[in-house]
Amino acid sequence: MSNKRLVSLFSLTAAASMVLAACGQAAPAAPTAVPAKPTEAAKPAATAAPAQPTAAPKPAGKRGAGDTVRILYWQAPTILNAHLAAGTKDFDAARLILEPLAGIGSAGVPVPALAAEIPTVANGGVSKDLTSVTWKLRKDVKWSDGTAFTADDVLFTYAYCSDPTTACATASSFAGIKSVEALDPATVKITFAQPTTNPYRVFVSTQGYILQKKQFGACIGAKASTDSACAVANNAPIGTGPYKLKDFKSGDTVLYSINDMYRDPDKPFFKEVLFKGGGDAPSAARAAFQTGDTDYAWNLQVEWAVLDQLAKTGGKAVLVNTPGANVERIMFQAGDPSPEAGDKRGEPDTKHPFFQDKRVRQALAMAIDRKTMAEQLYGATGDPTCELITTEPFVSPSKVYGGIRKCEPDIEGAKKLLDEAGWKPGPDGIRVKDGKKLKVTYNTSTNTLRQKEQALVKDAWAAIGVDTELKNVSATVFFSTDAANNDTIGKFFNDVQMYTNNYSQPDPTDYLCDFTTSQISAKANGWRSPNNIRYSNPEYDKLCTALRGESDDAKRKEIVLKMNDLLMTDYYVVPLIARKRVSAIAKDLKGVKDTPWDSEMWDIADWYK
Amino acid sequence: MATYFLRKVLYAIPSLLGISFIIFAILSLAPGDPLAEFGANPEVPAEVRENIKKSLGLDQPWPVRYVKWLGALSQGEFGFSFAARRPVTDLLAQRLPQTMMVVGIAYLIALVIAIPVGVLSAARPKSAASHIVSLITMVGISLPTFLTGLILILVFSVELGILPMIYDTNIKLDSLDGWGKQIKQSLMPIAVLALFNAGAMTRFVRSAMLENLPMDYVRTARAKGLTEWSVIIKHALRNSLIPVVTLIAINLPGVFTGAIITEQIFRVNGIGELLVTSVQKSDTPVVMAIVFIYAALVVASQLIADVVYGVLDPRIKFA
Repeated sequence: MSNKRLVSLFSLTAAASMVLAACGQAAPAAPTAVPAKPTEAAKPAATAAPAQPTAAPKPAGKRGAGDTVRILYWQAPTILNAHLAAGTKDFDAARLILEPLAGIGSAGVPVPALAAEIPTVANGGVSKDLTSVTWKLRKDVKWSDGTAFTADDVLFTYAYCSDPTTACATASSFAGIKSVEALDPATVKITFAQPTTNPYRVFVSTQGYILQKKQFGACIGAKASTDSACAVANNAPIGTGPYKLKDFKSGDTVLYSINDMYRDPDKPFFKEVLFKGGGDAPSAARAAFQTGDTDYAWNLQVEWAVLDQLAKTGGKAVLVNTPGANVERIMFQAGDPSPEAGDKRGEPDTKHPFFQDKRVRQALAMAIDRKTMAEQLYGATGDPTCELITTEPFVSPSKVYGGIRKCEPDIEGAKKLLDEAGWKPGPDGIRVKDGKKLKVTYNTSTNTLRQKEQALVKDAWAAIGVDTELKNVSATVFFSTDAANNDTIGKFFNDVQMYTNNYSQPDPTDYLCDFTTSQISAKANGWRSPNNIRYSNPEYDKLCTALRGESDDAKRKEIVLKMNDLLMTDYYVVPLIARKRVSAIAKDLKGVKDTPWDSEMWDIADWYK
Repeated sequence: MATYFLRKVLYAIPSLLGISFIIFAILSLAPGDPLAEFGANPEVPAEVRENIKKSLGLDQPWPVRYVKWLGALSQGEFGFSFAARRPVTDLLAQRLPQTMMVVGIAYLIALVIAIPVGVLSAARPKSAASHIVSLITMVGISLPTFLTGLILILVFSVELGILPMIYDTNIKLDSLDGWGKQIKQSLMPIAVLALFNAGAMTRFVRSAMLENLPMDYVRTARAKGLTEWSVIIKHALRNSLIPVVTLIAINLPGVFTGAIITEQIFRVNGIGELLVTSVQKSDTPVVMAIVFIYAALVVASQLIADVVYGVLDPRIKFA
């Protein structure tokens, strides 16, 4: 029976190659950046009355005048209950069905969705002591099953996500709340545990979609993701948005049809929406620009040379770049990441062997040519930046490179600084001090673009006599919270690391305060706290406290700028590129108003052809 | 014969257990995180991600999780997907039709091409046709599917604009128009896979035939005065089919798991695509289900192959 032996031999190799193929394939679709998704957001301070949204452009036609609009995401949605989302694609796919009380427009101004108006201190919606916010809801809103939307649904959404066993991905936006109560069926009062300068933190933008109590009522807690009735609800939520679900193939397509109960009788324009997921970013760009197989292609993280060529030769779509808060940055470790530190490795009470000298950090920062990097690798999809805060009203996006401070490369200046710091060139050109070579390890996620950035930086550092060991790890490891792995961003057992981060609300308070001493990542907190560079500056900490207590817009701006300034001049964080949201929109698709502060699908009711 | 098969099935149980254990261990020990996509997203801080992992049961050590997985499996359950929060079997049921449609048809076409072409080129080894066939099959085997796929897309979608590059799974097959669209969008993925499979299979058929044609029994058949085609089809081909059946048995489970790369390129939501994205997202329950079913199918197809051997060669006895 030699044939049988043959069979088993073949099956073994077949099984092995299948597993191998699966593993080998793991890289391409992995998230290339921190999939920083501008989400729930708010106007910086509650005291000013937000301008009413400018009237949306009137669709050319009536409800349902258009056929199907095709949207292409290279990551496929897997669940439509955004509170249990596993990624941006889920928040976006859910947005056609589920809505928050308000969205956030491009200027950082809230735009009412389920709310009748935006509460402010001026209209009495936000209490003077900033401890509560009262939302007036629209009374004419119906769920797609015909039942009325009321304050009960809002209360329920809070109850759903504030239960830690539900394990909402949006849980952080529901933290710090003392109570959510219904004053009447159309009024919801949220009381915060502390005065908050950002009252639009809850029920706004992608983190604040309202679930229907009737549908999800029995799904609070562990049942949310284990009960089969809840699984059905998670994959077919009833909503108030312009569309309702027609068919959902998890991990592939979502097909939507018009929600007949939608509050605006003229919208939406398209009868159907086909939301397709999967594949990779370059082929998504090709489908939009060259073949016109899609009307909207999301997040085209493609190297500029390729994207530019596709956009120029295709001509079926236009490239839309939305500046926001995403900043690709290099970070220097303040703790001691070397293995010799033993148990103390990376702990906040250790000191980095040479980065504790500011001149070394500054020299490394001065050597980098951000402009060349942006032009070569990002093109229209990213600008060089000298600032970490890149949005209005704090810093105008046009001023991020050289408008506030200069950050052009200065090799000679960098060399001089290193000389002063006592690092003298050795025989091989690498600088030496006290018998130790100036050698750094530089880690980031595996991604063609990032590896090219690393190469540029390595060259620049070689020019000033610094030896750089480049490393990269899979994004799924780099951004994970795996305490056993030394290469995660939280543990940061390297000298230098690089990734993109952002503030998802127009108000950067939490983002800036993530660099304070109390937020330092350490073994005690499982290397999970956000300050992974172990930056500690008492002056900076004080500014954070001041920012949290300040409600005056002008003063807040002043503090934000001061904090940004301090971070920039301490050279632990070196911003490189202000990255934009990049999508391709078919030439005949109109009415798309992109915003960095909300889901890209936030205004789909206004789209038309 | 019945006891033979019973014994085979019983033997399969420990090997399936072993396979599932090894795959589970690899998946658990390999770095990765189902929530890594949220990365350093300030909206989903590390504590929230930890809490979600806890709700998925990922806070327990992997041997415990493995035992739980086995327990659920013994009741016929593959568990819930981490990403979709719904039963894995739902996901598989959604995707099986596409995989069957694309991979299954491609496989059938490959078979229909491979056997006659392989036989022909073996029967006339020095003819021009035979050389052309070996050239084409060589190309089929050597060109990876991601390359042929891209070439087809560039030619037929980008340049000529006659075939869609995105597979639409919502086409209703209730009208002629629907079928037309379905055939149009299946052409490229099927062509890619058929070329690849046919290449390998043709060579297999051809070499098996070449091995049998010089045998004594073939000469005897010819000496008896049978026509050449009768000799080739009734005598040589039948004996050559045993290794071909072996190859088919190996490939058959692949019709279930789909074509990993081809499905990804054309955005066909088949099981291969599900496997890749689930590996990327560390969606253990989904990966385990697919791999386990694959392993079970491998065992099953071996049994089927055994039966076919008996039919093809009556001398083979099972004991």
